Amino acid sequence: MSPTNLLLGSSPFTHGSGSIAQIMQTVIWALMPATAMAILIFGWPALLVIVLTTAASMVTEVLFLKLRKRPSALGDGSAFLTGLLLALTLPPQAPWWLCVTGGFFAILVAKQVYGGLGYNLFNPALIARVFLLISFPVQMTTWPAVNPLFGEQAYSLSESVAIIATGHQRTPELVDAVSTATPLGQYRTETGLGKTVQEALGGSYGFNTLKAAEGWIKGSLGETSALLLFLGGLYLIRKKIITWHIPVTMLLGCLLPATLFWAYDAAHYPDPLFHLVTGGLVLGAFFMATDMVTSPVSIKGQIIFGLGCGLLTYLIRTWSGYPEGVSFAVVIMNATVPLIDQYTRPTAYGHVK
Amino acid sequence: MPKRFYVPMFQHIGEPCRPCVVVGQKVLKGEEVGRAEGRISAATHAPTSGTVVSIEEHVIGHPSYLTVPTVVIDPDGQDQWADSVRGLVNPLSVSPSVIQEKIRAAGVVGLGGAVFPAAVKMSPPKDKPVKLLLINGSECEPYLTCDSQLMVERAQEIVAGIDIMMYTLPTNQCVIVIEDNKPDSIRAMSQAVQPFPKMRVQAVPTRYPQGARQNLIESITGQEVPSGTLEADMGILIHNVATTFAIYEAVVLGRPLISRVVTVSGRGIVRPANVQCLIGTPVQDVIAHCGGLNPGVRQLILGGPLMGRAIKTMEVPVVKRTSGILALLQEEIVERPEGPCIRCGRCVQVCPIRLIPCEIAWRAKSDQMDRMAEVHLMDCMECGCCTYTCPSNIPLVHYFRHAKSVILADRLAQDKLRQDKARIQAKEARMEREKAEKDRQKEAMKAASAARKSAAETGKGALSEAVQQGGLPKS
Repeated sequence: MSPTNLLLGSSPFTHGSGSIAQIMQTVIWALMPATAMAILIFGWPALLVIVLTTAASMVTEVLFLKLRKRPSALGDGSAFLTGLLLALTLPPQAPWWLCVTGGFFAILVAKQVYGGLGYNLFNPALIARVFLLISFPVQMTTWPAVNPLFGEQAYSLSESVAIIATGHQRTPELVDAVSTATPLGQYRTETGLGKTVQEALGGSYGFNTLKAAEGWIKGSLGETSALLLFLGGLYLIRKKIITWHIPVTMLLGCLLPATLFWAYDAAHYPDPLFHLVTGGLVLGAFFMATDMVTSPVSIKGQIIFGLGCGLLTYLIRTWSGYPEGVSFAVVIMNATVPLIDQYTRPTAYGHVK
Repeated sequence: MPKRFYVPMFQHIGEPCRPCVVVGQKVLKGEEVGRAEGRISAATHAPTSGTVVSIEEHVIGHPSYLTVPTVVIDPDGQDQWADSVRGLVNPLSVSPSVIQEKIRAAGVVGLGGAVFPAAVKMSPPKDKPVKLLLINGSECEPYLTCDSQLMVERAQEIVAGIDIMMYTLPTNQCVIVIEDNKPDSIRAMSQAVQPFPKMRVQAVPTRYPQGARQNLIESITGQEVPSGTLEADMGILIHNVATTFAIYEAVVLGRPLISRVVTVSGRGIVRPANVQCLIGTPVQDVIAHCGGLNPGVRQLILGGPLMGRAIKTMEVPVVKRTSGILALLQEEIVERPEGPCIRCGRCVQVCPIRLIPCEIAWRAKSDQMDRMAEVHLMDCMECGCCTYTCPSNIPLVHYFRHAKSVILADRLAQDKLRQDKARIQAKEARMEREKAEKDRQKEAMKAASAARKSAAETGKGALSEAVQQGGLPKS
C-alpha cells in the first residue's frame, strides 16, 4: 500500500544546494584569473610550482586520510585549494623540494594533525608559508625577474623543469634584472638606509602603481595582480561564499593607518595605494583571512578579526624585520579566533545583554 | 468518504482525552467521542455518523511508529449531524463565558501547528489583559498554502471569528499578519475587515520563519519576547487563521473541530490540491482523492518540509495539526552524508533567534549538557534554517532535539530526586513527631498510673480526672 523504502529522519526535510565541494570549487574558480596571470608573468616555472604544490597537498591528504582510516575526502577540493593557495605565496621559481615540503606540511601538520577539515586552528596554506619562510629564508626570498610566458626571453618548458629541479636559473638579460627586491622589500631596505620613499621606489627601480596593480611586479605568485585577485574576491562575495566584512575591514585595517602615516610624512611612509597593490594584501584579505575554518563565525567577530589582520599587516610591513606581514598577521589573528568567538556571541533573541 | 475513520485521542498539547463511547455504539456527526481530561486538553468528535467498531492503539504521524488509543468509526453514509450541534444566534449578546464554553466543547486547538487548546488561550487571566490580538496568516513553510487558500475563500467567516474573539477576550486591537507573497489573501482579508475599524491587515516580508511567534511579534511591534516568557505576558495573543475559522464554526454554527484544510502537495502527488479533510481520514484516502502517488516517492511528510514529520505508512490519520501531506520525489530531497563543520557561519547568519547553531551542535556532540544554558539551547524553536543552510549537511536541529530531551529528562530526574528527598524528610519529621507524641503519651500514662495509685488511696473521683487530663493512648 504505502511506498516502500521511505526515508524517515528528523526535520527539516529540505536542504539548500550548497556543499563543501561547491564552496571550494567556487573559491578555486575565483583564483583562476590571478593564477593564470601569474603564469603569464613568470612563465612555465610558475606553472610547475603550482602543479607540484597542489599535487603534494593532495597526495598527503590521501595518504593521511588512509592512515587515519577516514574516507577519502579529495573530492571536496579542500586539499587542492590549500595547495593552490600555498603555491600563490611561493616565489615563482621555488625549487621542487620547497613546493613538496610546503604542501606536505600544510596538509599534515596544519590540517590532519588537528583532525582534518574543519578542526584546524590556523590557515594551512599560511602556516606552511610561515614555516617555509622561517626554515628556508633564502629560497623563500629569491625573486626572479618578471619574464612573461610569451616574451622574447621566455623559458622553454625543459628549461623550466631544470630550474625547478635544480634551483639554478639562467639570469636573463632583462632591463629590471638589476634590482632583486620586491617593492615592499625595496621600500624597507632603502628607507632603512636613509632614503626617502620616492628615492627608493623611483629612479632605476621605477615603481608604477598601475603596472603593479596589473601584476607586473616581483613577488610571490599571488602577490602580483591585485586587480584580478580583487575581481575574484568580488565574485566570491557575489556568489555568497564570503561576506564583505573580513576583506573590507582587513583592507581598512591596513590602509587607514597607511593613509594617516603617509599624510603625516610622505617621505618615509608610502601611500596607501602602494600598500594595496603590493605584497599579499588583496590575496590575504579575500582568500586567506576569509578561510571559514579559521575565522570567526559571527559578523561582529569577523569585523574585529579583519581589522586585526589589517592592522598587524601594516605594523609588520612598517616596523618589523620582515618586509611583508600578511601571513604572520593572519596566522596571529587565527590564534585569537576562539577568544573572539567567545566574546562576540550575538545576543540571542529575547535576551538582554 | 473513506471506509473507516481513525480518531486518535491525543491530537493536542496537554492531557490526552478519554474515549467516552463504547464499541458498537452508534455515533452522530459532531458527537463527542473523546472527553477532555483536565484544564489543558481538548475533546475530539466523530467526523461523521456511523458505528464505533473498535477502540485500539493506532499509529499516528510520528516517525517512531508511535501509537495512541484511537476510536475507530465505520461511517453509515448518512453523515447526519448530532442534535447537540447548535450555534449561538447572536454571539455578541451572550456572556463571554458562554462563548469560551462553546470553543472548549468544540475541541478547538491551535491549527498553526502548536495544537494548544484554544479555549485556554481565549480565557486570559484577569491580571494579563490582551492588548493586541495577532491573527497569524503568515504561512511561511514552503509547499503549504492551506491557510492562504482559506483566507481567500473564507475571509468573511474568519473576520466574523475575529469579531467574536475580540468581544470574548476582550481586546480593542487586532492585526491580521500576512506574508507579502500572498496578494490574493491580503486583498480578500483587507476587503473583509473594512466594516471593522479595530482590525487591520498588515503585510510582512516573505521570509521563513515569519510565522513563528517570535518573528511575528518582532515584525509587528518591533519588540522581542523576553526569553522564558510568553507573548501573553506582553499582552499579546496570537491565533492562526485556521483556528479563527474553527472558532467561528464552533460559536456560530456549533460545529466541533472535525475537519480542516490540508495542503496535499509535492511532486509525488498526481493532482496537488488543498483539500477539506475530515479529522481521522487515513492519509492514503486523502492521497487517493488527489489522484494517488507518482512513482518514485522517496519521502512522505505530515506538515511542512521544515518542521513536519516524516511518516513510514499511509495508514496514519489526518489529525488536527496536519497542515500538509507532502510526497517528495528523490529530486526534491538532498541526501548527502554528514560532513565536518567548516565553521562557515551560515547557520549563525540565518538563525532567527541569533544563536550559534554550530557551537551548540558540537557541545551536544561532546555531551556538554551542563553548559547548554550559556548558548541558550532552550530558546531554539527548531525552525530548521540552520540545517537547511548547512553545506556539510549536519543535522543540527536533530542534535538540538537530542540535547533538549537529555536536559529535560535530567530535569525530571532532578525534580523526582528533590521530591523524594522532600518525602523522606517529611517522613522523618513525621516519625519524629509521632515519637514525641508517643513519649508524651507515655509520660501521660505514667502520670495517670501514678495518679491511679494515689487515687486508689484517695478515691475514685481523682482517677477520671487524671484520664481526662492525659488522654488515653490510641494504640
